[in-house]
Amino acid sequence: MSVRVQSEDFDIGTEISALTDHRSDIGAVVTFTGTVRGSAGGAPITSMTLEHYPGMTEAELARVEAEANARWPLSASLIVHRIGELHPGDNIVLVVTASAHRHAAFEAAEFLMDYLKSHAPFWKKEARPDGTCSWVDARETDAAALQRWQKSPSKAAE
Amino acid sequence: MTSGQNTNTITLRYFAWVREKVGLAEEEVSLPADVATVGELMKWLQARGETYQAAFAKPEIIRAALDQTHARADAPIGSAREIAFFPPVTGG
Repeated sequence: MSVRVQSEDFDIGTEISALTDHRSDIGAVVTFTGTVRGSAGGAPITSMTLEHYPGMTEAELARVEAEANARWPLSASLIVHRIGELHPGDNIVLVVTASAHRHAAFEAAEFLMDYLKSHAPFWKKEARPDGTCSWVDARETDAAALQRWQKSPSKAAE
Repeated sequence: MTSGQNTNTITLRYFAWVREKVGLAEEEVSLPADVATVGELMKWLQARGETYQAAFAKPEIIRAALDQTHARADAPIGSAREIAFFPPVTGG
């Protein structure tokens, strides 16, 4: 279990190897990578800047990760979230979950992303070609995505 | 900053557009004795000037954290040393 907040990019293969090398108890590894889209609401963006709350951000990510480990039998997990100025196509976030079987890994990865999006203190600001910029609004759908995790994990796919 | 017997000096931190509207990333304030909850603190901040008025015009959409833990508007400030205000989060 670990979480990292960093400005540097990450390499998915390297991160998976670090979690799974010399392990024979893992039967499934799921990764989710979030990347910067080149447009927002149909209009192009030139960059996206991520602000965070040093200390609280890491604590919230660790709390969310601990919750996932309490709900599913995970062999290993990792959350990496980037901060600072990013550009279209850049990586933003990486979630890796490993378990003996795939269902736990799939569900835990989705749970981590849903919880991270509405709990971890990060804020995105988008810049447009004309030099203007604006803060991204929180989406209702992200809050709604949390609702299903109120159920037990086995019913989460409903 | 002085901290007398009847004052409670705390650190306020602001993030994203709350920070931009207030014009500060953080500051130390002495809380009046009658400010007991996060919501009351937002009301008190609103009255501190135009920038605060702009930042806290819609307190219902602003999120807060007490000592780096999410807190609702009705949460008692208690002995918290650091209170943060920010928009709904948009990471991931």
